[in-house]
Amino acid sequence: MQLKTGARLKSTVCDAEVMVITAPDASAALTCGGAPMADAASDTEKGAIDEAHKLGVQIGKRYIDAAAKVEVLCIKPGEGSLALDGDTLLLKDTKKLPKSD
Amino acid sequence: MNIMMLLEMANSVFADRVAFTNSDDGASITYQELFDSSGKAALTAQTSGSSHFAILDVNSLAMPVGLFGSAWAGLPFVPLNYRLTGSEIDALLARITPAYLVTQEDRATTYSDRSDITVVTRKQFLSQLIPVSEQADPWSMDPDDVAVLLFTSGTTGEPKAAVLRQKHMVSYILGSVEFASATEDEAALVCVPPYHIAGITAVLSSVYSGRRVVQLANFTADAWVELARSERITTAFVVPTMLARIVDSLEGQSSADMPHLASLSYGGGKMPLSVLERAMELFPETDFTNAYGLTETSSTISILGPEEHREAMTSDDFYVRRRLVSVGVPLPGVEIEIRDPDGKPLPADDSGEIYVRGEQVSGEYRGLGSLTDDEGWFPTRDRGYTDTEGYLFLEGRLDDVIVRGGENLSPGEIEDVLLQHEAVADVAVVGIPDEQWGEAVAAVIVLKQGKQATEDELQNWVKGEMRSSRVPQVINFKDELPYTATGKLLRREIRSELLGT
Repeated sequence: MQLKTGARLKSTVCDAEVMVITAPDASAALTCGGAPMADAASDTEKGAIDEAHKLGVQIGKRYIDAAAKVEVLCIKPGEGSLALDGDTLLLKDTKKLPKSD
Repeated sequence: MNIMMLLEMANSVFADRVAFTNSDDGASITYQELFDSSGKAALTAQTSGSSHFAILDVNSLAMPVGLFGSAWAGLPFVPLNYRLTGSEIDALLARITPAYLVTQEDRATTYSDRSDITVVTRKQFLSQLIPVSEQADPWSMDPDDVAVLLFTSGTTGEPKAAVLRQKHMVSYILGSVEFASATEDEAALVCVPPYHIAGITAVLSSVYSGRRVVQLANFTADAWVELARSERITTAFVVPTMLARIVDSLEGQSSADMPHLASLSYGGGKMPLSVLERAMELFPETDFTNAYGLTETSSTISILGPEEHREAMTSDDFYVRRRLVSVGVPLPGVEIEIRDPDGKPLPADDSGEIYVRGEQVSGEYRGLGSLTDDEGWFPTRDRGYTDTEGYLFLEGRLDDVIVRGGENLSPGEIEDVLLQHEAVADVAVVGIPDEQWGEAVAAVIVLKQGKQATEDELQNWVKGEMRSSRVPQVINFKDELPYTATGKLLRREIRSELLGT
């Protein structure tokens, strides 16, 4: 599907939800727990998680692909791991900054 | 994208934590209560048929509820400056009607007859007297929705309405704050008003990190010191004039005696070096951070961090020491460039206009559109330069540059030199019309208590440090300089006074 910046997506196999921070230019398959993610507002039946995609996602962490085409923020934690077109997304390194306001 | 996401996430982890405490009446609100109240506020504001959510009040619990509630409702949050006159406020309100307005008791009656304004007092708003039986619809995730509309102070004409969209605010927070990074005993003291960009971002940063906010509605140095101690404040932001007063109020003490205060950040104006040095002595254990940013950039774009403060303070190297008066380096994801009047990038150490680019940069005013160029660069109208290591030094507003005999003089540079004189407490340098040179340099000086200096002496002081063209032709002495409540020096007022107009 064509991902949209700002969109809220949910896993169809676990409790995870993400917000898209950077969307790839072209259509791409974003999956969680091995199954395509769906619009958070849509009604979906929960399917079974793919054991090969069960590393989990943590709330407040950002995930990117190796080519930095996509970036998402985990807004609800879950058991599934995220992948773009089959490649597992990586935890983005963030620099700890001093408090400024 | 929506700032409500930040609150939803915090609430999912810290529902029972206290999120905000108003020091005026001691009232507190937890994350769960803040989330629920925001939903009710959203529905109430939506039901009123308003296009904007305005707040005309000092800081209170209505501020975060209003900020998140309007984001939930999909209405721009418009905090108005309560220090403006009645007619100035009316002129701003006319630009945002039909409006839902939360205000103080004594002001509410002023607007109660208006058909285009739904007015509620802060008390009514917080107790939700308007019956709400249903739940608000989910908030929009459109990144282009307007989150905040902030009127600039308008010191050079009619106030402009800076537009900050959801994507700008969310990008700023995600880029600068680690989610849930605060422990339960952390507390931030917020003393900047709701109509200041730092007052808004302080709410968002604190919520996203899970830090409790203690609100101080009316700043005085004594109240700040007392609260910092009694509430065991761990982090605070102040504008330079506030820090100067805090330092003054601790006069005679060897330490501020605030062991809990882990970090103190400052920004929003020029910090006199003498105030900063004294503050670092009084708060030896505290991390100091200088933050530079604009309303149009969703607050902070560059910071001078605690390590750099300590290093600069103790260094013998001129260039390292000088960084104490810099605003540090850009935040990750933010780029800064110095350009000449033709828009050409300048090398290190050359002064020019500061341009900035990044996800958090809006650069948009209602009615004027975005001032960013095709590549996303926003001209800040601030003048400055970077050193060879990339540290940014500010020299004031471009509009304040003095053009004397074809030469561009930076008031900030001359002010820095004068501030180093032992008798000078505060100073403003402005340009005044001059027949021979076009403009001449004038300085208004506030002397330290019990100290003396003559016009001649100060002119010679500048002459000893800078080229003769920088020496003020006129020096006046005053008891204090005019500042806005948020620490902006009113140069126009100083100029008018000098010219006797």
